[in-house]
Parts: sequence; structure tokens; C-alpha cells
Amino acid sequence: MTAGVVGRARGLILPLALVVLWQALASIRGIESDTLAAPVQIVGALGDALVNAEFWIATRDTVLSAALGLALGGVLGAMTGLVFGLVPPVSRLMRVPVEVLRPVPAIALVPIAILIFGFGYALEVAIVAFAVFFPVLILIEAAVRGVEPRLTEVARLLRLSPGARIAKIVVPAVLPRAFVALRLAAGLALVVAITVEIAANPMGLGARMILAAQSLRAPDMFATLIWVAVLGWAINAGLVRAQAALFPDAQRPR
Amino acid sequence: MIGVPRSVLWFLGSCLVLVAGLGLWQVLADSGAIPRAFFPGPDRVWTALHRGFSSGAMIGETLTTVRRMALGWALASVIGVGLGALVGLSPWMRTYVAPTFEGLRPIPASALAPLAVLAFGLSDGMILALIAFGAVWPMLLTTVHGVASVHPRKAEVARLLGLSRLAYAWKIALPAATPDILGGLRLGLTVALILAVVGEMITVQGGLGARIMIAARRFNAADIFAGVALLGAIGLLTNAALSQIEARLLRWTHR
Repeated sequence: MTAGVVGRARGLILPLALVVLWQALASIRGIESDTLAAPVQIVGALGDALVNAEFWIATRDTVLSAALGLALGGVLGAMTGLVFGLVPPVSRLMRVPVEVLRPVPAIALVPIAILIFGFGYALEVAIVAFAVFFPVLILIEAAVRGVEPRLTEVARLLRLSPGARIAKIVVPAVLPRAFVALRLAAGLALVVAITVEIAANPMGLGARMILAAQSLRAPDMFATLIWVAVLGWAINAGLVRAQAALFPDAQRPR
Repeated sequence: MIGVPRSVLWFLGSCLVLVAGLGLWQVLADSGAIPRAFFPGPDRVWTALHRGFSSGAMIGETLTTVRRMALGWALASVIGVGLGALVGLSPWMRTYVAPTFEGLRPIPASALAPLAVLAFGLSDGMILALIAFGAVWPMLLTTVHGVASVHPRKAEVARLLGLSRLAYAWKIALPAATPDILGGLRLGLTVALILAVVGEMITVQGGLGARIMIAARRFNAADIFAGVALLGAIGLLTNAALSQIEARLLRWTHR
């Protein structure tokens, strides 16, 4: 345990040294550039932002769009994955359409979504849902395929109906891997939501960042960037903990 | 017909499903069941593609996007694999530098776009920097992991043979890390395409990303779908090409 703490402390030396050096350079020479901001300025900007209602509205918009898109794309992807996993012929017949659609970058669909929905939540939710759909579909299909064959045999011996087989055997067996899929998809959803905001949608943290950059407010841009990283980190850490608590037997993530 | 393997039949059947899907789209678009303003039929998308290619404009824009993607990706691979090998090979760097990389990982690559705008303005250079900076992370992290997790016995053998550090890196560590590195390069390729599109959407400096954004402002749905189809094709082809290279380079691992 102590070794881990020492190791972690060593890992902190470099970033801390860089921040101190950056601040020292900024204080001594003075930063004239529009591109960079001294750490003290960034912390100040973050402090200002955290007591600003608009900042929290932007945070809510981003997180809410990501969550709704995750829910929509995740549920559709999981249901499709379940069908593909349980009925292999369907999966084989759908392979070419899936492989053709999958490499389309979700962000490229933004212009179409703008035409259909205009700017706002619907645009972002739709793009996040598309981005999340395929990875969830593939992970769930693989998980359903990976269900222990003996469990399927038991279901047959017990003469379970197809509905009961899914509810009592497949779903519980798949849950741990489905949670891993959820964790990956949640990270992806946040990234895509912010990307949509940066590229087009005038709301949320992404729009705030690009606006700060275009009006040359570097401290505000960096403060929002750090906040985005903190959000991503917190969501992942929360889900890792939930995973450990819910599925203690499942393999722990790296 | 006896000799045709079943997998080929399934593949052909699956292609038929795709064709049927396109046919259904056409029928729905013709009957007006789905609004043509948003979902023009495949025929109109095809016309848009044809028009774009025969005027030459679309070829140029496709090449611009591919060039940016390839250049940024190549830059990222040199930096990512080089720096990754350096960090992965040195226990000292692994202790003091690698945690910083891990800490920076959760920052979404596209969130660096505003930073790139600040540093480079709305320019071609901004797009390249964005792609290179975003695509470097998966390559860097997989290389560090691959090089650091070489079997200890191989390191012992190298020590017994009196290999220099450079020889160890070149002859043992990098070949052993090839599967990880190639995985990173593939992830980086996906990131590169996404960031090329994002960069072009923001800067509107040519390329397919800019083209579809402009088409959206003109409410030209057929042109958007044509651009999206091309981007999908770029993603599909580059990924397939890299998979081929991967399979060839990794033949020795499947014994």
C-alpha cells in the first residue's frame, strides 16, 4: 500500500514541476501571448466559473445530452446486440450493413442532424446515440455469444420458454460485461457530446470552450478544458467503483 | 455451386440485405413517406456524388481530407511510438513520466480543438496540429504498455548477450510490442479521421468536413449524404488497409 502511495507521489512530481515552472516563467517574463495563460490565471478563471450560473447550465446541458444519448443509443444497441447474439443468422445477414455504417464518423452526421432537428438537445442526443450504438451492439453481441454453454443446456433441460431463458439465464450472465460496455460508452458519450458542441451546437461546455478560444480568452478556455477532464475522470471513476461493488467477481478493469 | 463455402453465401446474403435496405429507402423517398428535404433517395445522393466527381471539386476535397488525415496520423505515429518506446524502456521515465500521460488520457481529443484554434488560428496548420495531438495518445499509451511488458526472460537473454540498450530496443522490445503498437496505430487512425472532420467543420478550410457543413447551410441534403458516404468509405478503406498490414506483420504471433 505504501509502495503504491510512494509511486503515485513520484508520478505527481513531473506535472507539479511543470506547473510551477510555467507559473514562474509567466511571473518573471510576463505572458503577452493570447494563446497561453499562467496557472494562477487559469485557477482564477475556474474559481470564477464555478460560482457562475451559466457555467453550471453549460455543464448540465453537456452532461444531460450525453446521458440521454447514452440511454437512447445504449438501449437500442443492447437490444440489437441481444437479438444478434441469440439469433446468429440475423447477425450474419446484418454484417455487411453494420460494417458499412460503423466506420462513418458520428460527427460527420452533424450537418444532417442540424437539417432535421436544428440546434439544441435533439441534435446532440441523436449524434451521441449513433456514436454509442455500434460499440454497445458489438460488445453485447460478443457477451451473449460468450454465455457459458452449460447454462444454455440447463435452460433447455428446465424447458424454459424463450422469454424466461433470456430473462433468467442470458441477461444475468451478460450483466458484468454489459457494465463494462456501459462504462466505455459513457466515456464515449461525453467525448462525442463535447465534440458536437465544439463543431456546431451552440450550447454546453464545448461551445463555451470554442467561444473562449475565438474571443482569445485563454484562461477561460483552459479552465473549461480542465473542468471537462475532471468530469470525464469523475464519471469513469464512479463507474469503476460501481462496477467493483456490483460485480466483485468480474475481472477488474486495468 | 457445390464448392461455394457457406461463409461466402452468408456474405452475399448480407450484401442483398444492404441492397434491399437501399431499395426500401428509395421507395420511401419516392412515395414521400420520409421527407426528401432530410432524406433524399439514394438516386439523388448518387447524382450529387456524380456531379461532385465530374466537376472535380469533390475529388479535390476528398484528397484534402485524406492528406490531412494521413499527415497528422504519420506525425502522431512517429512521436507516439518514439516517445512511447523511450518512456516504456526506461524504468525511471516509467515512474516519473508515464503517470502524467495516464492523467492526460481522459481529456477528449476534440476538446483540444479550441486550444489549437488559440495557437494556430483557423488555419490548415490548426487542423494538422489537432489531428497529430489527438491521435498521439492512443499510440503513446499502447507503445509504453507494449514495450514495458516484454517478458522478463527476454530482457535477461538480452543482458546475457550483452546487447546495448539500442540493440535491445530495436531487436527485442519493439518487435515484442508490435501487436500493441499496431493496435494503437489503428485507434489513432479512427481518431485522425474524426479530428480531420471536426477541424474542417470549425475552420471551413476546404475538405469534406467543410463541404458537408456548407451543404447544411444551403439545405442541400443530397450533398451532405454524398460527403458522409465518402467519409464512411475513407474510414472503411483505411481501416481495412491497416488490418491487412497488421495481419501480415503479425503472422509470426499465430503459431
